[in-house]
Amino acid sequence: MLIDLTDTNASKVSAALLQARLRAGSPTMGMVLTFVVVTDEANHEQAMADARTVSTEHPSRILGVIRGARRGRPRLDAEVSVGQGASGETVLLRLSGELVDHAVSVVTPLLLPDSPVVVWWPTDAPQDPASDPLGQLALRRITDAAAATRSRTEILRRRSRHYRPGDTDLAWTRLTPWRALLAAGLDQHPVRITGATVEATHGNASADLMAAWLRCRLRVDVELRTSDGPGITKVALHSRHGDIALHRPDGRLADFTIPGEADRPVALQRREVAELLAEELRRLDNDDVYQDAVQVLAMSGRGSKRKSAQVPPSESTAPTSVRVAKQTSTRRSSKAPTGKDSTRKATSS
Amino acid sequence: MSLGSNPLRDPQDRRMPRIAGPCGLVLFGVTGDLARKKLMPAVYDLANRGLLPPGFALVGFARRDWDDEDFAQVVHDAVKEHSRTPFREETWRQLSEGFRFVRGQFDDGASFDRLRETVEELDEARGTSGNHAFYLSIPPESFPAVVGQLKDHGLTAGNGAAWRRVVIEKPFGHDLASARALNNVVSEVFPAESVFRIDHYLGKETVQNILAFRFANAMFEPVWNSNYVDHVQITMAEDIGIGGRAGYYDGIGAARDVVQNHLLQLMALIAMEDPASFEARNLRLEKEKVLSSVRIPDRLDLHTARGQYCAGWQGGQKVIGYLDEDDISDASNTETYAAIRLDIENRRWAGVPFYLRTGTRLGRRVTEVAVVFKRAPHLPFSQTSTEELGSNALVMRIQPDEGVTLRFGAKVPGTAMELRDVNMDFAYGGAFVESSPEAYERLILDVLLGDPPLFPRHQEVELSWKILDPIVDWWSTNGQPEGYSSGSWGPPSADEMLARDGRVWRRP
Repeated sequence: MLIDLTDTNASKVSAALLQARLRAGSPTMGMVLTFVVVTDEANHEQAMADARTVSTEHPSRILGVIRGARRGRPRLDAEVSVGQGASGETVLLRLSGELVDHAVSVVTPLLLPDSPVVVWWPTDAPQDPASDPLGQLALRRITDAAAATRSRTEILRRRSRHYRPGDTDLAWTRLTPWRALLAAGLDQHPVRITGATVEATHGNASADLMAAWLRCRLRVDVELRTSDGPGITKVALHSRHGDIALHRPDGRLADFTIPGEADRPVALQRREVAELLAEELRRLDNDDVYQDAVQVLAMSGRGSKRKSAQVPPSESTAPTSVRVAKQTSTRRSSKAPTGKDSTRKATSS
Repeated sequence: MSLGSNPLRDPQDRRMPRIAGPCGLVLFGVTGDLARKKLMPAVYDLANRGLLPPGFALVGFARRDWDDEDFAQVVHDAVKEHSRTPFREETWRQLSEGFRFVRGQFDDGASFDRLRETVEELDEARGTSGNHAFYLSIPPESFPAVVGQLKDHGLTAGNGAAWRRVVIEKPFGHDLASARALNNVVSEVFPAESVFRIDHYLGKETVQNILAFRFANAMFEPVWNSNYVDHVQITMAEDIGIGGRAGYYDGIGAARDVVQNHLLQLMALIAMEDPASFEARNLRLEKEKVLSSVRIPDRLDLHTARGQYCAGWQGGQKVIGYLDEDDISDASNTETYAAIRLDIENRRWAGVPFYLRTGTRLGRRVTEVAVVFKRAPHLPFSQTSTEELGSNALVMRIQPDEGVTLRFGAKVPGTAMELRDVNMDFAYGGAFVESSPEAYERLILDVLLGDPPLFPRHQEVELSWKILDPIVDWWSTNGQPEGYSSGSWGPPSADEMLARDGRVWRRP
């Protein structure tokens, strides 16, 4: 059931939704959230397709917001669809003129009552998502540093300074299988980790986060090296007995190394955006571990991390951990950007 | 450093999936249908979802004259045809390095020597660290032989912290005595916490959905008792016949096949009190309490029914009757439909009958639990306006579309005051690219993680047989089951059985 509305308003869209739902035989019962996709004319098809895929696991009302040109008189066009292979309702909203700056006024009346709102910026996102008018509506704000079209290298670091509980980035989601395997490696071979190396393409946001997470959890220096990719190509945890490492040169199959044992192949393919979103939506509470990692990232100044690669080897054993521990405690006691830090436990491992 | 202090782990980090530790799975009965259609694809799907350890090993044991490559080919074909997630070469490479095949027979000691060598070689080459699960996908008659051999060849105990586990499929015996005998065989060799009984009909997801529905909500529990509930109907219907299962099915029948484990487990979950926690032990305790308060009817002739499907039409296809199936004797009195009434004697459920029914070749494939409520004590409407109004019901649909249906009365639009039943539906999300796990995936992962909460322990199996044995015994001395036409909802005696109590079966 498809309904096209031109030059319309939110209450007409609401009425169209109701009409479409009734005509399609109410296939939308049990929607659990409103999923707002903020996109543009060039990217909306892929983004909406991904959102619809996710709605098979998390039935939702998808509101695609396309911000058009600011020129001309304010105007709203809408496409309402119910059924059509997705398990929820989809509304594509095209905003133009002055209305571009007042998307909230369109979205607010269309939110599902009494259920969570998630906003996703598939490409470029505001630097401070939580202060964005649409972001303010949301319990969860999903950005994707890797998909940004402008200044990709520093975007996550800059955004991390504005971190608020509920912010999340797909660059972090992409790390989950890596993190799980590294943790499993350390389960199998519980050794003291003295340092770590992360290898990735230049300016890879996931690599920055991986380094921040390792630094935060292991309290060691993490060296970031540039490789030709794709994405992250290697993460190694150094110990006296050798490395626990994941080496993935082709973006698909990794070698898993554990001290004293033969290397093993392990599938570690890069995941589709829809899969990443599904993981994101599975939990809507604050991701404390991400918060820790992002705050470490925010504390590290521009490029300071690259310098750590040049720390002489003599310094990177015992004294390093002392220095890093100090840095961590500074982070704890300094005023955290979220203001929530004081409620967290003082040490994390 | 102990495992608990892995600095990369944080209880807050709920995003991180639980990957099984280093381990291997030894599969007996690799040539069977179950292994090819369910177990091998489930192993692959687990690997594809990144939940198996990098050094995972899969050992096949069978009589065939295969080497490791042949076995890998069999797994490959099974995975390609039946796996849920897309086939990926890199996942396959990760898995296939750990494939081994041991040619042997259950009564041949040398075969088990080879199995032992293979397992030890895997510990060395793949780092499985002595952790192995034995999946007995074989007929129960062979259990004693295999379990005995495992023991004799030192395969049942790992060194130090290494674990050995055994997985057995239903049926867990065919009556109380055989269940006990089977249990003795297994428990002599494996401690209770290492024995995993698997009832694939009752996936963990379903059990957890029921628990969440009952115990996470405030609005259902107050009416979940004999003050409001009139009766409960638990149905599991298959639209297909016994097909190629003749050898197993004949002489076993619907009650032993489905009621003993599946329906009684469902009943226990629906009827039990809230457990102190969702830990394995506490859940079992509550289920056992329910099962031990069950009373079977005094008059089995009035409150049970059984049937056998006859030739007819099912879903647009002409089908043969049970007695005409291959390998079934013309005089077989095995039932393909069973319905029984059970009462639970406790404060919550006294006076609320539980009707359990199951059958093959019924109207459609469906499993559901319907809690039917009492009529409102007073209806301030005229007789004519409530004529079409039935009882309120809460239906937990288990398959095929898992969800909850609430049935209640509503006014028909118009000037006349006319009331009619309407349904409110909720469906669990479900099918997604790679996330909604198949029952076997969760089962195997639980075994590898050592996470047994929802598997029945032996006490529950025994209690179930105690309920069912007298009924099945009585049937066996009372001639032929009543015929019912294929594609219908069972024999007339089943309808009469409910009519005696003034009730009717829901059409599921």
